[in-house]
Order: sequence, then C-alpha cells, then structure tokens
Amino acid sequence: GLCSSEISKTIGGMSSTENLITSIQGLSASSGDLSALHRILKGAEETLRADSDLELSTLEELDASKHSLGYLYLLDVLTCGPMSNEKALDVVLLISRFISSCDAEQIRIASDKSTASAKRTTTVLIDAAAAADAETCGNQTNRTIISWGDDDECYCFGLVVVSLCKRFKDRVLELEDPLRGVAPLLSAVRKVQVSSKRLTALHPDCLQLCLLAKCYKAGFSILSDDILEVDQPRDFYLYCYYGGMICIGQKKFQKALELLYNVVTAPMHSVNAIALEAYKKYILVTLIHSGQFSVSLPKCASTAAQRHLKTWSLPYTEVGNCYNEGKISELQAVVVAHSSDFEKDNNLGLVKQAVSSLYKRNILRLTQKYLTLSLQDIANMVQLANAKEAEMHVLQMIQDGQIHALINQKDGMVRFLEDPEQYKTSEMIEVMDSVIQRTIGLSKNLIAMDESLSCDPLYLGKVGRERQRYDFGEDFDTVPQKFSM
Amino acid sequence: MERDEESSGPMMEVCTNGGGEETSNRRPIISGEPLDIEAYATLYKGRTKIMRLLFIASHCGGNQTMQLEALRMAYDEIKKGENTQLFRDVVNRINGRLGDKYNMDSAWCESVDRRAEQKKGRLENELSSYRTNLIKESIRMGHNDFGDFYYACGLLNEAFKNYVRTRDYCTTAKHIIHMCMNAILVSIEMGQFTHVSSYVNKAEQNHETLDPIVAAKLRCASGLAHLELKKYKLAARKFLDVSPELGNSYNEVIAPQDVATYGGLCALASFDRSELKAKVIDNINFRDFLELVPEVRELINDFYSSRYASCLEYLGSLRANLLLDIHLHDHVDTLYDQIRKKALIQYTLPFVSVDLSRMADAFKTSVSGLEKELEALITDNQIQARIDSHNKILYARHADQRNATFQKVLQMGNEFDRDVRSMMLRANLLKHEYHARAGRNH
Repeated sequence: GLCSSEISKTIGGMSSTENLITSIQGLSASSGDLSALHRILKGAEETLRADSDLELSTLEELDASKHSLGYLYLLDVLTCGPMSNEKALDVVLLISRFISSCDAEQIRIASDKSTASAKRTTTVLIDAAAAADAETCGNQTNRTIISWGDDDECYCFGLVVVSLCKRFKDRVLELEDPLRGVAPLLSAVRKVQVSSKRLTALHPDCLQLCLLAKCYKAGFSILSDDILEVDQPRDFYLYCYYGGMICIGQKKFQKALELLYNVVTAPMHSVNAIALEAYKKYILVTLIHSGQFSVSLPKCASTAAQRHLKTWSLPYTEVGNCYNEGKISELQAVVVAHSSDFEKDNNLGLVKQAVSSLYKRNILRLTQKYLTLSLQDIANMVQLANAKEAEMHVLQMIQDGQIHALINQKDGMVRFLEDPEQYKTSEMIEVMDSVIQRTIGLSKNLIAMDESLSCDPLYLGKVGRERQRYDFGEDFDTVPQKFSM
Repeated sequence: MERDEESSGPMMEVCTNGGGEETSNRRPIISGEPLDIEAYATLYKGRTKIMRLLFIASHCGGNQTMQLEALRMAYDEIKKGENTQLFRDVVNRINGRLGDKYNMDSAWCESVDRRAEQKKGRLENELSSYRTNLIKESIRMGHNDFGDFYYACGLLNEAFKNYVRTRDYCTTAKHIIHMCMNAILVSIEMGQFTHVSSYVNKAEQNHETLDPIVAAKLRCASGLAHLELKKYKLAARKFLDVSPELGNSYNEVIAPQDVATYGGLCALASFDRSELKAKVIDNINFRDFLELVPEVRELINDFYSSRYASCLEYLGSLRANLLLDIHLHDHVDTLYDQIRKKALIQYTLPFVSVDLSRMADAFKTSVSGLEKELEALITDNQIQARIDSHNKILYARHADQRNATFQKVLQMGNEFDRDVRSMMLRANLLKHEYHARAGRNH
C-alpha cells in the first residue's frame, strides 16, 4: 500500500477529501493496512474539520461494513457541530444504520483524546428517574437539578465510536424520541465490548435510553453480564443506578438490590449525587425485597458514604425505621408526611410499593406462628380493612410463591403449609451443582486476582512506603526491600 | 392492742404452746394472708426495721389501718434511736392521726441533737489525740466509732466514709472483715449495691477461712446486690448457698424468710429444670429456710410437678405482700412474668399437640389471651410450635433439619456469589483510582 509520507504530500489540495476516500477504500482490507489507515486518518483530522465541502452525501461513496474505520472518522467529523432538527433526523438515521452494519474489529481501533465532562450527565439522570417513576406512580413529576460532587473532568483515551454514540444519544433525546436509539445503542454496546466482563462507557447511555423509552426488557438484556472490570467509576455508578431502576421496572428486586448495593458500597472519597439517589432507592428496594431495614450501611461501604448518606436521606430512613415496627397506619402517616420529598425525588411510586409490601411481610410472619388462621383474624392482625382484602393478599402471595397455603372459602380459613420442596429432585441437584461450579469459579478468580495484585508494582510500592505503619517485624517481610522508600 | 374483757370468758389466761415470740415464728409471716406488721417487724432490727416499716406505710395503698400501724411502730422504734431527721419525717406522716402520744416531741429532738453534738465533739477530740499518738488500733477504733455515730444519726454518707477510712489502719483479717461488713451495711441502706459487691469481694478475698456465719452474711449481701441489678440467676445461686446457721444473725439486713423467698422465686424464674431440682428441691440446707415460708416451698414443688394452676394461685396470693418488701417490690412483676413464661413453655414441652382450652383453664386465662401469650413465645423462639387457630390446638413443630440445611446452603452459595463479585468490583474500582492517580502524577 501507500505509505503515510506520500499521502501527506498530496493532502493540502482541494482533492484531499477525495484522496482520503480513496485511501479508505484501498486500505480497509488487512489489519496492517488498517493501522496505516488509522495513522493517516488521525493526521488528517484537522484538515477534515476545516473542510467545509465535506457533506453527508460524501459518505455514500463508502460501504459502512467494509470501510468501517474510515466511515467512522468521517461521520465523527460531520456530526460534531450543532445542527438543525431536520439534519439531526438524517444524522440519527445514518448513525443507526452505521452501527448496525459496521465491523466491530475496525471500530475498536479508532481512539482519540476525549474529555469526559460530568455536568451534562446529572440532569439526564433525573429525567430518567422521572420517566421510570411516572410508570409506577402514574403522574407527571418535576425535574430537579442536583450537582455532581467533584467537578471531575478528566482526559481519557476513549474510542471515537463511543463519543459518536454519545452524540447520537444526545440528538435522539433532543428529538424526544428515545425509542429510536435503543436498538442501535444495544448493538453498539455489544460491538464495543471487548469482553463481557468489562464495562464500556456506552453501557450507561444505553440503559438511560431504555429507561426513557420504557424498554425495560431490552435494558435488562445487557444487565445479565457479570461486570468485573471497570475503566471509569462514573460509568459504573450510572450503570448500576440505571440498571437498578430497570430491574425495579421489571420487578426483579433481587438484581436491583445487587446493583444498587454496588453503587452504595463503591469506594468514594465524597458522597456524589448518584450514590445518594441510589441509596434512597436501595432503602426502598430492601424493604420490598427482604422486609428488613437497618440504618447502618454495610461495613464495606466507604467512610464518606457511611457518614453522610444518611443525613441526606432522612425521610427514607424514617420510612425504614417505621417499617421495622410493622404497623401499617403509622407507616402510611410517615409516607404522607414526607410525600413532597418523595415526589421531588420521583420515588413516590416505589414508596407506595414498599408500603404494600409491609402487608406481605406481616402475613409472612403469621405463617411462622400459625397453622390455620381465619381470614378475618389475618385482616385484624395485619390491619387490613376486611377478610376479602386479606384473601386477595394471601392469594397474591401464593401466586408469587412467597408462601404456601390453602384457602378454605367455606370456613373462611387459611391453612399454611410447609415448603413442599424436598430437595430430592434431579432439577434441584442441577441447581446445587451449578451453584457449586459457580462458587469454585469465583474462588479461582479471586485467587488469580490476589496473585496479580501481589505482583503489581504500584501496589508493592505503596505497601513499601507504608511499611512503617504496619510493623510486621522481621517475620512478615512480604514486600521486598527495594520497594520501601 | 386492747383485749376485749368480755370475750375472754373465764378469767384464765389462755397460753398458747410456747408463748409469745415463738408463736409468731411458727405462723408463717410471709404468706398469702394480709401482712401481720408486728410479726413482720420483729424479724428485723436496727435501721432496716424502720425503713421497712416506712416503706410499708407508703406502699400499702388505701389501707389506713395498716398504714397507721406501720407508722406507729416506726415512731416507737425511731424514738429508741438517735435519728431526729427520721423522727420529724414520721411525725409529719402520722399527721396527728394517732393521738397525742404520737406527736412531735421537740424536747426529745433537742436533747438528742444536743447529745449528738457533744458526742461528736468528744469523738473528734479523741480521734485527734489518737492521730497524734499514731496508735493504729486506736485510730481505727476512732474512725469506726465515728462511723457508728453517723450511722445512728442517719448521715449515711459520712458513716460510709469513716468506715472506709479504717481500711488503712486495719492490721488483722478480722479488722478487714469488720470494716467490710460495716461498709456493706451502710451501702445497702444507701441503696448503692455496686459498693456492696465490691466489699463482699474484698471480704471474701481473705485467705483465712471465714467464720461460717460471716460467710453466710456475705452471701446474703451478694445475693441482694445481684437481685437489685436484676441478675436473678446469680442472686438465686447466692441465696441458695446461704448456710442455715445464719438464723437471725443478719437481721439488721435480711431475715431468713427473705432468703427463702428471694432465693426461691429467683431460682424459679431463672433456673432450668435440672438446676431447679439439684439446687433447690434437693438442697437440704435450703430446706430449713423454705420451712419458714411454706407457701413458697409449695409453689416450687407445684411448678416442678407441673401443677401450674396451684403454683400460679400461690403466686397470686403472695403478690400483695411481696410488693411491700423493700428489696423485692420492683422485681415482683418481672419475676412473675418469667415464671409464668417458663410454666407455659414447660407445659407444652412434652406434647405433640395441646388443646388450648384445657391449657387456658390450667393457666386461668382465656383462650384468646393464651393464644397471644403463646404467639409471643413462638416469635421469641422459646416454643417450637404452631397454632391451629381454627381448632384451637397447638401443634409442636419440629423443623426438618435436612430441608433447612439445603435451604441454608443454597442461600449461602448465593450470598457468597454476590459478595465476592461485589468485592472484586470494589477492588477493581480501587485499583482504577490508584492507576488514575498514578497516571496523573506522571
């Protein structure tokens, strides 16, 4: 192929764009060619941006699937400025088509310096919350602006395609049609992802669109990955927060709890807005899922979180404490008293779900003490209005598999049964086996992680520096001497 | 009490067997019958007698006769002593209701106060002279005398300080024990039971074997301290260990009837069945004490033999008098509650199914009340059973160990999974921050 120096001689003339197109068409075959092309494209970026002749129609000369790398760069240049709504629509269509047909290998090559700006994410956070809550609560809610704790602008070497997709998402939102962006971003995530264990910067954007478009099932499909490696903590917080909300929408509270737990206990030096909102939802989901509330955060949470999250979420902790007491009327009173706070945070729907889960918890407790109980007694003990409502709740719980019981309508009696699972079936053995395998796999991962960390020079350096603090004495010389200061 | 001449019949003095004081010992004093205050008061001597009488007077509810009787006896007793403050106190409370003989006697007060001043002066002189002479024994006696003096006047804090000061001048083990006993006495009167415990320990630390009566006294004091601190099991153990040689020798603090009552009730409330048999029912020494309070003895036996109705009946009848006891009154409800719970649990233990209406009869309660009590016990996991509310039967429920184990194992597996994944995530986040920081520094 042509070498870069020869190309640069020809660039400068009016036909530079055409030359570029030719090089793209020519150098998109093998990986050696592609790296050469990459260098050319990077070099040509400035001129491309300056070139006012460059138009969307130029892209028609290229094939998105064969010439993905070049197409990507041109698309990037063409879409970075402000544009009218009609143009935005065309751009959106173009990008969607590109994403669906592009070659994943090629687009992963393209990287550039990009600044990740924090501010724009926060208003969008609240919008997504509003959309999700309106679903459960059924009314329009206001938007609030909360600000990020650290104004964290950092330079990172991100993929061009990532910034392209983010811009795509912004356009889609401007057009107020989030549904358009769901499928493209889903496939973008899959194409950008190097391994299913690694979080990409696109995950949160994709989830956000799913939330706004109410496509919970689509969002749930990317949540089933086991994320273990994270590049940017902020991406991770957003991923967990949005992910948690999607799971709440799908009523998969166990998974929601996991995700929200990860945000709340993530290492952080100061409380940030995402963690706070996540904590509020975490409290409510804990109530719905496990019926117990404890004001203290798990020990693994950061000290900043342990100290400050509570102070910013007082109405929620109050609800939690009241829930533990078990009295419906008191809980309802607390909810009414703080309803304006809950509405402001777009959590009113979730709070209502938590309140109705208290009935379930109380009925569940009754199964521990009684073999048979009349529906009227249940209604009295759980503070329901009448036996009919008690029957409804018990039926719902039987259907959800939360209790095992038989209702005798003639007597108005409920007979509570033991869990019929005898743990003797082959299905159960398979379940146990898979749990065992999973556990073994995880242990191996953990050991591998520990080993790799013990060889990490940065870590060793830190331990070496802090050697004085941990006076292990001569016996525990775990760090070679050369690492101490 | 004036005997009605008409009803005494022929002019013959009717002598009961043994006469006078012994009769009152034969008839149980702490029983279900309304308290005979005179007999009760004879059990004690010294300051505690007065305090107990005053306590009864203030806690006997609307019972005027009892109140006045108690106050009268208190008055008489106080006048035998030197505590003018208490005297003024009791006169106020009598408020002229007992006639002229029981009114304010300012002359008596003044003379007592004057004598006290004189004595105080004398003691001070003596003490200072002993101090200059540096004779240890005399200084010790001097402080001791001061302690006695202040105790008689009712200045308990000063008394305590002086008794404790003798410690530096004690030369023999006997001295130390003497000091400890005094300190314990004053602490009990002051209600400071932490001091009681520490001085009991001090006395017991003596390497020489203690005189058995002194040992018994120390156990009583220790038991009282535990009782006040609501450590019923420890209190029971202490009281049950008191040797019967104690007799009346510690009646400036506690009567043997009290040892029996406190020990018996605390044991019943806190011991399990085997301990109850070994330490109470088969305890030969304690039997002597229980003879003094036959109702307590009966109720313990009833409980052990599962005659719950009878046991609870005795408890009910004793309640009124126990509430008049200066040490036990604020523990009566807790102890009764615990005994009742133990009875309920013991009742259900041997059965696979229990008819709730029969159980309710045995415990003198309604079926719905019984259901509520049982519900509380089941929630606390003290009874493993479930209530068939339709047929009003309690069914024992033995958890299926095998299923429970499987369930727990699966649960733990899932928890491990979640925890480890979270942990690895957090580690990666920390590592990233690390690298980011390192990156920025370079």
